[in-house]
Amino acid sequence: MARYLAGRVGQALLLLLGVSLITFVLLYVMPADPARQIAGRSATAETVQVIREQLGLDQPLHVQYGRYLSGLAQLDLGRSYAQKTEVSEIVAARLPASLLLMMAAIACELLMGVAIGVVAAVKRGSRLDNASMVASFVGVSTPQFVAAMLLLYVFAVRLDWFPVGGYGEARHLVLPALTLGLLGAGWYARMVRSCLIDVFTQDYIRTARAKGAPEWRVLLVHALRNALLPIVAMIGIDVGLFMSGAVVVESVFGWPGIGQLAWQAIQQVDIPIIMGVTLVAAVAIILGNLLADVVAPFVDPRIKLRTAP
Amino acid sequence: MKRRILIAALAAAFALPAAFSASAEEGKPGGSIIVTYKDDIVTLDPAIGYDWVNWSMIKSIFSRLLDYKPGTTELVPSLAESYDISKDGLTYTFKLRKGVKFHNGREVVAQDVKYSFERTNSPKTESPGAGFYDQIAGMDAFKKGKAKEVKGIKVVDPATIQFTLSRPDATFLHIVALNFSSVVPKEAVDKAGKDFGKKPVGSGAYTVAEWKLGQQLVFKKNPDYFVPGVPKLDQITFQVGLEPMTAILKLEKGEADVAGDGIPPAKFLEIRNNPKYAGMIVEGGQLHTGYVTLNVQMKPFDDARVRQAVNMAVNKERIVKIINNRAVPATQPLPPSMPGYDKDFKGYAYDPAKAKELLKEAGLEKGFKTTLYVFNVDPNPRIAQAIQQDLKEIGVEVALKNLAQANVIAAGGKPKTAPMIWSGGMAWIADFPDPSNFYGPILGCAGATAGGWNWSWYCNKELDKRAEAADAMSDPAKAAERAQAWKTVFTDIMKDAPWIPVFNEQRFTFRAKRLGGPDNLYVDPVRIPINYDHIYIKG
Amino acid sequence: MKALFSRKTALAAAFFVLSVLVLAAGASWFAPYSPEETFFDGLTLEGAPLPPSAKYWFGTDLLGRDLFSRVIWGAQTSLVIGVVANGVALLIGTLVGVTAGYVRGFAGNALMRFTDLMMCFPALLLAIVLAAVFTPSLWIVALVIAMVNWVQIARVIYTQTVSLTEREFIEATRSLGASRVRILFRHVVPHLVPTIVVWGTLGIATTVLLEATLSYLGIGVQPPTPSWGNIIFENQSYFTTAPWLVFIPGATIVAMAVAFNLLGDALREALDPTLRARQA
Repeated sequence: MARYLAGRVGQALLLLLGVSLITFVLLYVMPADPARQIAGRSATAETVQVIREQLGLDQPLHVQYGRYLSGLAQLDLGRSYAQKTEVSEIVAARLPASLLLMMAAIACELLMGVAIGVVAAVKRGSRLDNASMVASFVGVSTPQFVAAMLLLYVFAVRLDWFPVGGYGEARHLVLPALTLGLLGAGWYARMVRSCLIDVFTQDYIRTARAKGAPEWRVLLVHALRNALLPIVAMIGIDVGLFMSGAVVVESVFGWPGIGQLAWQAIQQVDIPIIMGVTLVAAVAIILGNLLADVVAPFVDPRIKLRTAP
Repeated sequence: MKRRILIAALAAAFALPAAFSASAEEGKPGGSIIVTYKDDIVTLDPAIGYDWVNWSMIKSIFSRLLDYKPGTTELVPSLAESYDISKDGLTYTFKLRKGVKFHNGREVVAQDVKYSFERTNSPKTESPGAGFYDQIAGMDAFKKGKAKEVKGIKVVDPATIQFTLSRPDATFLHIVALNFSSVVPKEAVDKAGKDFGKKPVGSGAYTVAEWKLGQQLVFKKNPDYFVPGVPKLDQITFQVGLEPMTAILKLEKGEADVAGDGIPPAKFLEIRNNPKYAGMIVEGGQLHTGYVTLNVQMKPFDDARVRQAVNMAVNKERIVKIINNRAVPATQPLPPSMPGYDKDFKGYAYDPAKAKELLKEAGLEKGFKTTLYVFNVDPNPRIAQAIQQDLKEIGVEVALKNLAQANVIAAGGKPKTAPMIWSGGMAWIADFPDPSNFYGPILGCAGATAGGWNWSWYCNKELDKRAEAADAMSDPAKAAERAQAWKTVFTDIMKDAPWIPVFNEQRFTFRAKRLGGPDNLYVDPVRIPINYDHIYIKG
Repeated sequence: MKALFSRKTALAAAFFVLSVLVLAAGASWFAPYSPEETFFDGLTLEGAPLPPSAKYWFGTDLLGRDLFSRVIWGAQTSLVIGVVANGVALLIGTLVGVTAGYVRGFAGNALMRFTDLMMCFPALLLAIVLAAVFTPSLWIVALVIAMVNWVQIARVIYTQTVSLTEREFIEATRSLGASRVRILFRHVVPHLVPTIVVWGTLGIATTVLLEATLSYLGIGVQPPTPSWGNIIFENQSYFTTAPWLVFIPGATIVAMAVAFNLLGDALREALDPTLRARQA
């Protein structure tokens, strides 16, 4: 296990290196000039030049990147251009909100997705099955901003059940988590359903049934177990997805997470923050994959850990 | 206008704090309110902060030698209790008020003023305000690292600070009242280093009690503030990250007290027409002009006739209607409430037929193709589309480039890149209420360089000279003459038509019914968007 | 019963897609007005948009333009981007996948490592940064989407190719002395066609959604060209006062994505039941 993890960590570091290089180059060729943003509109060209030199923006690309990497090696993400504050501090301040939303959204997806999937599989071919499958298609086909605005309009504006946006209390969490959860649940529902249907036709389930095991036991212990592996893999994907992919939901509901930070930073050409956020998101994606792979052997003993190719 | 400011200032020098607490009578002290913004509070460092969100916050945490009478553009003494200008207009001497304390308990002395001005201007600070101080003697040497201090800033005694200018500058008193001139304690800056913007220490009406990055900032009343009875509120909580639309909904539901970003156009009519919200909207002018720059270095805008033609082709009335009449059509670069505005000047009236004729004269009978750069946030794309349509009428095909703010700014500062730019969302809102601020960087030769803000790249040496001469009239007695000089500079610019002045925006603040205080505090022309120090909760 | 459900829904989806295609192709005939024409009576006197009426079926937008006409023209934009972006993504993905899975060697290996690397990018962030780097236009938006979406396809094609080449019949052909190129085009590529068709359909749904999201953020297709996403972007602040401006184009986006998803799913069941992948 230790060796396996060491291998994975090494691999992850390489991937992060690649992500940082590509992002850095992309930001380097961006037409906007951060020095001018900082210097403000009353600045003379000389002042802008002085600032450019202080930030090292006049250096060639490889020198700038080298310097960024040496900072990174000491876990220094640099300072924001606009805020002058440490990027790590700014990102850390946003992490709790993002993690909270991520966990709530995943819980939401799981609850709804598994419940719908099980019902659909058990009642296969019924109207209920059809309806829930259409619903799950609608879920996976709805853009976040449409769902977010719809929920906001219905539950916050018209019915006034929840606040329209903000952060801090449990009631603030409901709508953003529900938006992400409702849309994601479609994937889980479809997958659980098809896994269960696969399993129902297999011998050991027939055996269990024949032995007189109660139906709920067959369902929960034997059948759902089979669906566990893909569910874990999906959770792994969502961990990475929600870390930075909630840009739209976070901005509609005023949720102070990583996505909102990223969007603001991109608009302000705050390169250190964009870099920092991208790296954090990449870490989340890698961790999500790792999580799925590490959990797999516990779920299904036939799978052995092996260093991925 | 100018003259009145100075006289009032001198009179007020003796009458303070009465001038400050003039609006105090019915204010019930205490209480706590919630103000919302979309964008994060990037910094509260007075040398750095330069945006919509932090401008007024910084004014409330720090003090400056001079300030403005709440809700007006009238200069009044603040940290200074009096000042004196030499006959030649080159020496300004300020006497500091006694017993004013920083939030850390130490008394403010003249050395702090010198330190603060030097800090703002040190290249290490990377202040966006450093460009305002070049009139101070010895500033150039200091900025270039040839001098350790600014020769022209002298501590006479702990309670007296003296500035020597290298040229007379009629705007200098406004410069001293800028946020970038806020007085900061050196020991706190040294201690916090680059994080001073997150741990601000000043001598203003409020202190920072709590700051959760990206979420909220809490202001607490400074009980030792040197103006008695100010601030009225005990606490202000700023919540950030809320879209203007969301903010309005929160306010309607009583979850917030002031929507810092104003009323989104879409919501405006509904709110104004709803009797439920009567008295919750405050309207005021602001020192703002929305304009289209025409790049005089690019064909065909190098021909003044073409520039005049497009000026005549834009239907400003209709654009104003599109933004729900929240502005008045503009005729010239200066906004109406600015000294030097010429209310008799009519500019270019809407006249597509005449515009076509002018194009014909310029040999462009068949029209031409060009590009308009626009900041991609509502309502700017809509305004740009209206302009696009208007110009189509005279045969000009306009392609739109809706970009993030930074990219528009970058394109504007690159020679021969952007033929037309709509200024909305990045427009010039005056840093201080003086016409000079509307010329140099955006219409003068100095701004027409790579990376500059003169996006029409218009450079008229003769007008530059006249502008310089006007700014040299620092004798308060010559204020009227100076305003007249500026007036003709701006109307003469319009003969060359490097801009299409489109409209002057009115400002609307939406605030909870429970908030009180004169309306002009909620559309304060200087403390944008609102004056936090003097508002209160109705008893 | 199950099969019937899929067939019926798949037929409905196909019919929907077809009618949108017809509408989009014939936008100039079907749309009652020009999408860019602002009507004098298209706004109230105070400048507010009009609700749906006999003259303006879907109401007018914030500039006083006919929303129905804009939605129809928007279908054209969204479909063009859907097809172009997804086509490019498929092309890149297939090339990379086949090269890595069949040619292998250094180039194949490097390509697959690069694909792994791209999998670690936050897709939406990458798209936003790319859209910010290039000045947005219809084709740039399509390219940006392709740049983000090819990765998944490459992975799937790679896995398929590897398993195909390991199959016995190919081994057999090889032992009979067939050239590598011949094997590739005779035996490998034809077996990839179902996968490509399925992804080609499902991918359009993903693309339509991503285009809508980018346009919603203001960095997608640029006005006045209407796309379903930027219609919502332009009108979003009206969503409490004039909800139709947001929810009508919103519904068309959802319907379109559902139709392509259903169609893709049906194709998958018909052509290649082993495929089961989640789109980003």
